[in-house]
Amino acid sequence: MTKRILATLLLLGMGAIFMDLLFGYSPDTSLNTSAEFYAQNTAADTGAANIVTAIIVTFRGLDTLGEVTVLFLTAAIVALVLHSDTVRPARAKQGWPVGELLQTGTRLLVPLITLFGAYIFINGHLTPGGGFQGGAILASAVLLMLLADPARRFGHGLISRIESVSGLFYIAIGVLGLLVAGGFLDNRILPLGEFGSILSAGAIPLIYVLVGLKVGAEFSSIMASLSESEDT
Amino acid sequence: MTVANIAMATGFILIIIGLYGAMTHRDILRMIVAFSVAATGTNLVLIAVGYLPGRTAPILDAAVPVETAATAIVDPVPQALVLTAIVIGLGVTALMLAFAYKIHATKGTLDISKLTDLKW
Repeated sequence: MTKRILATLLLLGMGAIFMDLLFGYSPDTSLNTSAEFYAQNTAADTGAANIVTAIIVTFRGLDTLGEVTVLFLTAAIVALVLHSDTVRPARAKQGWPVGELLQTGTRLLVPLITLFGAYIFINGHLTPGGGFQGGAILASAVLLMLLADPARRFGHGLISRIESVSGLFYIAIGVLGLLVAGGFLDNRILPLGEFGSILSAGAIPLIYVLVGLKVGAEFSSIMASLSESEDT
Repeated sequence: MTVANIAMATGFILIIIGLYGAMTHRDILRMIVAFSVAATGTNLVLIAVGYLPGRTAPILDAAVPVETAATAIVDPVPQALVLTAIVIGLGVTALMLAFAYKIHATKGTLDISKLTDLKW
C-alpha cells in the first residue's frame, strides 16, 4: 500500500512538471536552422521527395545503420535466450483449433500483405513509409501465418540468409558511396533521376529495399523464436 | 488548445499511465505492457514538439514545391527521431518478452515479488 502511495506521489510530481511544460509550450512559428536546411536542400542534394526519408537514409544514414544493428542484436539475443537444445518435432499443438475463417483468410491475405509491404518500402522516398514500416508489414504476414498454423516451423536458415545478405549489401552501398560519391552512405552513387519518379533519389530506394528485407527478416526471426518456445 | 497541445497532453497522460502501471503491477507481462504505453506517450510528445500549426507533412510534391518548402512543412527532424525510437522500442519490448519467458521457464512465476534472488 505504501508503495502505491509513493508511486502516486512521484507521478503527481511528474504530472506537475508535465503541466508546466504543457502550458508553457508555444509552437514555433518558423523552422529551426537545421530543419530549414533540410527543407531547402533535400530535393537538390538527394532527390528524395520525402524529407524524413532523406534524413534517415542519407543525412543521418550512419545512425540508421546503427539502428539496424540494434535490431539485429535484439533478434540475435532473443534467439540466444530462447534457444533450447532439445530439438522438438513440429507436432500438432494441443490447444484451441484454428478457425476455418482464419486459415482461408490467411491464404488470401498473405500475398496481398507481402505486396503491400514491398510497395511501402519501394516508395519510401516518395510517400510516407519506408524500410522499417515495410519490413514490419512483411513481418505481419509472417505473424498471420503463425496464427493460422501455430505448429508451422520457419526455416531459420533462409531468414538469416536474407538478413545477412541485405545487411552486407547495405554496408557495400555505404562503402561504395565513400569511394564513388561524397561519403559513407552517400546516395549519389546512382543518378538522381527525375524528381518524384520511382527510380529517383539515387541509392535511397535500393537502401530502403535492403533495410525493408532486413527488418522483415529480423522481426520474423524474433516472432519465430518466440513462437517456437511456447510449447516447452 | 491547438492540435499540438492536445497531442502533447495525450502523450504526457500516456507516460504517466504507463509509469503508474509499471510501478504498481507485480506481474512482469503487465509491466511490459505498461512500458510500451509509456514509450508511445514519449513518441507522441516528440511528434507534437515538431508540429507547427497550419503546416503540412514534410513531403515535397506539386502542392509543396521546393521553393516554399521552408514555410510550408512541419519539422521533419523529430519525425525521423521518432521513427528510430519506435523501432528501438520494439526491440526493447521483444527483449523484455524473451526474458520474461525465460524467467517463467526457470522460476515458474512472473510475479516479481516472488523473485527474491538478488534481494537482501
